[in-house]
Amino acid sequence: MSDASAAPRPVSAPETTVAQERRERAGQLLSSPTFLTGAAIVVFWAACAIFGHALVPYDPLADDMLNTLLPPSREHPFGTDQLGRDVFSRVITGSRDILTVAPLATLLGTLGGTVLGLAMGYSRGIVDEVLSRIVDALLALPTVIVALLALVALGTSKITVVLVIAFGFTPIIARTVRAAVLAERELDYVAAAKLRLEGPLHIMFVEILPNVAPPILVETTVRLGYAIFTVATLSFIGFGIQPPSPDWGLSISANYGLIGGGYWWTVLFDGLAIASLVIGVNLIADGIEGVVNG
Amino acid sequence: MARFLLKRVALSLITLWLLSVIVFTAGQVLPGNVGRAMLGPFADQRAVDALNHEMGTDRPLLVQYGDWISRFVQGDMGRSYAYRAPVAPFIANALANSAKLAAVAFLLVVPLSLAMGVLAALHAGRPVDRSIMVAGMSATIVPEFVSGIILILIFGVWLRWLPISATWPPGAGFFGQLYHLLLPAIPLVLILFGYIARMARAGTLEALDADYTRTAVLKGLPQSTVLWRHVLRNALLPTVSVIATQTAYLIGGLVVIETLFRYQGIGSLIFLAANKKDFPMLEAGVLAVGCVFAVASLLADLIYSWLNPRIRFGATE
Repeated sequence: MSDASAAPRPVSAPETTVAQERRERAGQLLSSPTFLTGAAIVVFWAACAIFGHALVPYDPLADDMLNTLLPPSREHPFGTDQLGRDVFSRVITGSRDILTVAPLATLLGTLGGTVLGLAMGYSRGIVDEVLSRIVDALLALPTVIVALLALVALGTSKITVVLVIAFGFTPIIARTVRAAVLAERELDYVAAAKLRLEGPLHIMFVEILPNVAPPILVETTVRLGYAIFTVATLSFIGFGIQPPSPDWGLSISANYGLIGGGYWWTVLFDGLAIASLVIGVNLIADGIEGVVNG
Repeated sequence: MARFLLKRVALSLITLWLLSVIVFTAGQVLPGNVGRAMLGPFADQRAVDALNHEMGTDRPLLVQYGDWISRFVQGDMGRSYAYRAPVAPFIANALANSAKLAAVAFLLVVPLSLAMGVLAALHAGRPVDRSIMVAGMSATIVPEFVSGIILILIFGVWLRWLPISATWPPGAGFFGQLYHLLLPAIPLVLILFGYIARMARAGTLEALDADYTRTAVLKGLPQSTVLWRHVLRNALLPTVSVIATQTAYLIGGLVVIETLFRYQGIGSLIFLAANKKDFPMLEAGVLAVGCVFAVASLLADLIYSWLNPRIRFGATE
């Protein structure tokens, strides 16, 4: 769209109504109780991830062997774990790693999935057929198992966890994008762009991409929830975030052997933290989906 | 019908083949030197070479793949590095155990989520519908180990209603086993509930809106007849295929649940193999999971087409 007067986009609405529509959608989103509840939860945990370390009463990593496994009290509102570390401080600071790894993985997966999905949906034919088969094969396995297999092969670090989850998400997002592109590519504005002799890259990324953005946004938010789910699960089984991080899944995995003895506070608060975060993200996704799909 | 069947089987085979390549590749990236990994960094190089030669891990990858896959198809899944014993009996035993746990979960979740999905659809847009859908969505997205921990705390530690280990004492009968499997099954039920209920709801809404339902109502059929004979029959069709595709998620959940409840199924087998870098066991476990999934989705398609005359006679997808 370098020269607007020579080649006006035939089907696109005037800029004012596009802006109006966008404002309207934002307004709808901000009046959706589902979205607002989810946003409040996620903002709370994001704030904990950023500022938590400066605000908590104890060092989340400091052992105190004279005060191990204390039940909740005034000094330790969530009690202490088997190394005497303050559970409250650990829960508050425990959001940092998962809120770095999961969004990064989602972002990478969305990028890969969008490019792949655009290519599949726009080209169709043999490329689409072959890629679809590979996507099906990848989808035949649960993400956790694929991730486990890959992490054993590659070794565990934050970067490999990000890459493995992103790789697992790419085909899922590609399938959503492909379906959206298939519907768009038959529309007049694509035909018009072809008549203007625009290249396939221009048509895919400049013409089609903005029009398939809403379903991609919904899918990305849903995936973020699953990324948090997967990172937490991998940390719990020892293939995700590594000690000494106060990560929630990791803390549960270190302490769940104790719950038979009644030390419930060492796992309950971390569990509730994970549950609230994933539910928060999903409420946001639900709110966005409601606005996008009317 | 025959053409549909043939095409479907061919697709499953291609998927399985691709899966085997992925699994094999992942199994070969890290180990590099299997003998060194098994014998440790201080072992004599000659011993390492001898072990590699004995296990065949010094041959070209393509040869190893051909050898591995042709044996696998014949039921020989190789020898475990960790146990120095054939893998196949471990896999068979683990699959049988997991099948019991999965069966308990499915027996609980299918009627529950179908009933809730239909209930939500019949009250679409009202608070009952909203609460079922939000609860279902939340249950689906909370990791199994989190709901598992909370359930263990409530029912195992505080109320002491259910045992916190899934492994039953030797000689336990059917009900004894069921008693031990109930608590581990609930997190799996929670994971599956939301999605199946959502599909049942969508199917019911579509059927309620269809012309044949309107005709049935207009010709004066009693409401219960309309619901059972016309709405539910059509509504539950798509749900059947969804239930089968959920097998993959179920097995993903088994890795965590079987570890948490100390149960010797395919999930904990894969987990232990991953921890011990026991690649033959890991590859066989993952491929077995893939086979189960392929068979389940094939069965789902068959049941779907058998229940749906439009596919049975039309022969088009």
